[in-house]
Amino acid sequence: MKPDDENVRWIEEPKLGLSGKTYLPLAFEGLTTTIRHLLSRKLTVQFPEERYEAPDPLIYRGVHRLNRDEQGRVKCVACFLCATACPVHCIDIVAAESPWPDREKYPESFTIDELRCIFCGMCEEACPVDAIELTSLFDLSGKSREEMVFDKAKLLSVYDQTEDSEPMKSAQLSQTPRPGETE
Amino acid sequence: MLLFTIIAMIKIALLLAGLMGAAAYLVLVERWIAAWVQDRLGPNRVGIPLTKIRIFGLGQPIADGMKFIFKEEFTPGHVDKFLYFLAPVTIFSAAIAVFAVVPFGSVLPANLGLPADWVPEGLAEPIRLVVAPGIDVGILYVGAMGGIAVYGMLLGGWASNNKYSLLGGIRSAAQLISYEIPLGLGILGVVLATGSLRLDVIIAQQAQTGFWNVVLQPLGFLVLFVAGFAESGRLPFDLPEAEQELVHGFHTEYSGMKLMMYLVSEFIHMFIASFLLVILFFGGWHLWGLTGSGDVVSWPIAIVRVAVLLGKVLATILFFMMARWTWARFRFDQLMALAWKVMLPLGLVNLVVVATWVEYGHRLAALLGLPEPAAMAVCGWGVLVVSWLVVTLAVPATSDNRPRRGPVAGGLPAEEIEVG
Repeated sequence: MKPDDENVRWIEEPKLGLSGKTYLPLAFEGLTTTIRHLLSRKLTVQFPEERYEAPDPLIYRGVHRLNRDEQGRVKCVACFLCATACPVHCIDIVAAESPWPDREKYPESFTIDELRCIFCGMCEEACPVDAIELTSLFDLSGKSREEMVFDKAKLLSVYDQTEDSEPMKSAQLSQTPRPGETE
Repeated sequence: MLLFTIIAMIKIALLLAGLMGAAAYLVLVERWIAAWVQDRLGPNRVGIPLTKIRIFGLGQPIADGMKFIFKEEFTPGHVDKFLYFLAPVTIFSAAIAVFAVVPFGSVLPANLGLPADWVPEGLAEPIRLVVAPGIDVGILYVGAMGGIAVYGMLLGGWASNNKYSLLGGIRSAAQLISYEIPLGLGILGVVLATGSLRLDVIIAQQAQTGFWNVVLQPLGFLVLFVAGFAESGRLPFDLPEAEQELVHGFHTEYSGMKLMMYLVSEFIHMFIASFLLVILFFGGWHLWGLTGSGDVVSWPIAIVRVAVLLGKVLATILFFMMARWTWARFRFDQLMALAWKVMLPLGLVNLVVVATWVEYGHRLAALLGLPEPAAMAVCGWGVLVVSWLVVTLAVPATSDNRPRRGPVAGGLPAEEIEVG
């Protein structure tokens, strides 16, 4: 980029008034701002003792979960849309023929590499049956890399754990009718 | 003689312990203030080891110190070993040595306040609370020792044998040398008015008249204040450091205890600037109606004087810390413009005014019909307002340094602009 490029819009700084030129009034104003913050309420959350409460768990992107339907079966239909949408390819699905009559496929295995995941929420957006969702759990940790690859059982257990505190998002967010429901 | 040595040793021990302790704990205070200004809580966890007692994070400085001690002290292979070791030692010992002439209180009572036959004979004279009492060149010594900081920075940058460290060292040296001049001019005004280079005499004189120099020479105070910030390398003048964009400059290659020596001496430079401001302009240990002014004191008065002095210094240091989060760092050309185009002329004006006052002050005071200090204060503040206005209108702060398209008033003609 050259300074005489015609596409460059040249913006001049606003001219300083007398109070700006003499420096002191503005400097004083800055100091009052600092002092106001010095005395203001602090935002720190003292983590192990206090926990961060997501203001809206519906849009928080934490650990994934695999939702269950009313009969306690995994909702996922193994359509691979989440795995396709995933920008870092952290979702690995092995599909198999469904043992249930209401769908053709179900995931025989469903693993998410939580270390690879960037928590963008694309899988959640892509899912046509609202099977995969991001919870507001943020403090996941593990002792090995293998441990951080969550399999289907683990992801379902996350659902069991957060079922009550975070009801399924679909109804609240988009009013998508559930499979089998009529509009 | 033996007694004299013992007393000096005790004072040195007190001073060293006090300085190091103060540096450690003021680092904690600085981190607290940084956190509070940014709406955080700051360090509040480290307490007594192996227990759950936290005591507001007061164990943090010890943990910080331990970290520095046990850190690997890595010496890069390409450095000049001798100078690399010498540089932090130079800057650290020079910073500490300044405090030899800086009073940290007034005097202790004669005979330590006890009946005369209880104490050794040498204690009949009141003990002055300064490591080297009666040094007639006090303030010159402070300036000389303070100047050695430049060597520490330049040596460090040079010995690192790294072009960016060298550039950082040169940058720091340029800043420090530039601001030595306004610093000297600010000090000179006070010295001229007082007629002594001794710091305790300067305090005693303010205590006797009851007029602090900040009231009498506000312009000199302003110059010394800005120069003090610049000399101690604190924001908004922390270009020697500039950790965000210039990566520390001269001490990039240092680690472990050597780095700590640099960091601590930087902190001590801030103490020196605060002590200088308080002693030269804010009356040192003097507070109206509380401390008295003479050399004959009782124990309570002696202690109150120490407390007043240290309290003022602490307040100044807290202001330094608040300033860090208030004003943005100057660009290097702005830094130099401020030193040479603003502070140097202001300092000279102050010097001329004070010199004129010392010569003709009593006549002018008689003419105005005011007592002498009051007349000087009126003059001082008038000169401050006028010269401040003149300087700010004549040398407007330049914030725009972009390469220009086409000719601009005062800028380069279009064809001479280098286009990258």
